[in-house]
Amino acid sequence: MFIQQLINGITLGSTYALTAIGYTMVFGILELVNFSHGSVYMVGAFLCLVLITSFNLGFFTAFAISLAVIGLLGVVIDRIALLPLRRRNAPKVTALISTIGVSIVLQNLIILIFGSQTKNFPLLMNFPSIQMGAFRLSALQLVILTASIVLMIGLTVLIKKTKIGKAMRATAENMEAAKLMGINVDFIIGFTFFLGASLATVAGVMVGAYYQAIDPMMGFMAGLKAFAAAVLGGIGVLPGAMLGGLLIGVSETMAAGYVHAGLRDAIGFAILITVLLIKPTGLLGKKTQKKV
Amino acid sequence: MSSSVIKAVFSKTDAALKARLIKYISTRRLLLVVLLLVLIGVPLMPVSSFVVRMIIMAGLYIILTLSLNLITGYTGQLSLGHAAFYAIGAYTSALLSLRSGLSFLVTAPVAALVAAAAALMLGIPALKLQGAYLAIVTLGFNEIVRIVALNWMSLTRGPMGLPGIPNPRILSYTIRSSRDYYYLILGLVLITIIVMYRIINSRIGRGFIAIREDELAAEAMGINTHCYKILSFTIAAFFAGLAGSYYAHFVTYIDPQSFTFEESIQMLSMVVLGGMGSIPGAILGAIVLVVSPELLRFLQDYRMVIYGGVLIVMMLLRPQGLLGGQNKIKAKVVREDEAIRG
Repeated sequence: MFIQQLINGITLGSTYALTAIGYTMVFGILELVNFSHGSVYMVGAFLCLVLITSFNLGFFTAFAISLAVIGLLGVVIDRIALLPLRRRNAPKVTALISTIGVSIVLQNLIILIFGSQTKNFPLLMNFPSIQMGAFRLSALQLVILTASIVLMIGLTVLIKKTKIGKAMRATAENMEAAKLMGINVDFIIGFTFFLGASLATVAGVMVGAYYQAIDPMMGFMAGLKAFAAAVLGGIGVLPGAMLGGLLIGVSETMAAGYVHAGLRDAIGFAILITVLLIKPTGLLGKKTQKKV
Repeated sequence: MSSSVIKAVFSKTDAALKARLIKYISTRRLLLVVLLLVLIGVPLMPVSSFVVRMIIMAGLYIILTLSLNLITGYTGQLSLGHAAFYAIGAYTSALLSLRSGLSFLVTAPVAALVAAAAALMLGIPALKLQGAYLAIVTLGFNEIVRIVALNWMSLTRGPMGLPGIPNPRILSYTIRSSRDYYYLILGLVLITIIVMYRIINSRIGRGFIAIREDELAAEAMGINTHCYKILSFTIAAFFAGLAGSYYAHFVTYIDPQSFTFEESIQMLSMVVLGGMGSIPGAILGAIVLVVSPELLRFLQDYRMVIYGGVLIVMMLLRPQGLLGGQNKIKAKVVREDEAIRG
């Protein structure tokens, strides 16, 4: 029972982690909480569903197209709703409200097109489940876990080892200095949004496949929890987002399994608040020195 | 001789009084008096109850926005959980009047105090956090309050909500008609506005603004920033609780669904739209965002999509908010800075 809950928790947590990466990367560079991220996650799942059911594409084709399209959506969001504000040096909270506007638009567009009911997400293939003693690991869970791990390793390599990753780190460190070093900062920010939105799509589609259902409101809670995960691990720190996601996922399934199902959504936040009160920069967050 | 002295004194005071009176009756004050008279006269005009209801909702959000403006606009601490205190006020007031039959004169202040106490307890540890960390803690608090209200069946009846909250009673007078409700909210809004002005133009208010402008510098000037932030947060929650109490007695039915994170976001949008750190701005922001969804009603299904779009466009056109003028001193410093840099 305990191990079963742990497996379910890690599966759920890895999707939070993938979504949290989008928050943390954007925050690292822009110091902005991107509230449209949850809606992007939901739109990704819907796009994939439409491509599968209405265009009769195979899952992998549909998935690949969704990744690219939603990635571009991320770039478009940055260009329309955030870039003009950045150019004018507007206060950070203005950008935050702007992303909330984007989120309202996306969510209601989807409701307008598909209605607000829950949609069936087709079973991708007939997954066998692996019975190991008392607990069960479904192949789908295995796919989700593997995909998450591969993506996270890939992302870490991208950021640590490649030239564009170096540019991203430089932009996060100091945008002005990065500009002076000849880095096209707007391109890097766009690229960051592309990556974040694509990863959110992966998470959205996997969650859709896992529960075999998606609905226009699914991005809301998932977005909040992913944000919580990013902050729990230390916002702006990539491994922090992964750790935070897993912790929130596991604690959530544990709370639902052992305490009370209704407290499922509250436990993550309770843990987050407790951790922040003890360590104000999150679990892996760097301590920043205030300078005059 | 004495009579001439008295006369001289009197004529002197008279002239001074006259000068003071003239100074006192400036155009701005006159306009405010006219505005107040119009507001008092609204229910006497032939307006539909729908319009009165909308004005009441605008008044309610003005209180909420003004209070959030104190912590986010003036003190510069981003709170994404203002609806939590609104909820605490509403539930406290509803339960007190349902279970003990207390009158509005008791339930409203108690509700406000309970909300303030909650803010105090959250604020002492949480206000040590900065920026996004504080934002997520307040957001999390909002969700926790909502989920507790949803699950504490014996107290809040969970998702079924609390129906049949009695009409507010003030002494022996029971508030029933929408006109009475209108005057009640008008009174509460006026009290909130006056208190906010008094706070902002006081030593404490300048302390808040100093923290917003530069926390480190404020601390260096001897302001106990943690204490001031807690004070600002607590006062803000007090008024949110008051608004919650009014809301409970006005709609006579509350459930956890009315106090979601989206509600907090709505309040924050009002503050930012109106202009952070501006009292007239907060009022205007609340009015615009209460009225505009109603005006957009003809768009039917497209309404919320357009609403989101309007929010983005307004941010892009006026990032400082509708009435949020640039801080004059800061603007001057920036200009000089730019002049030096060339």
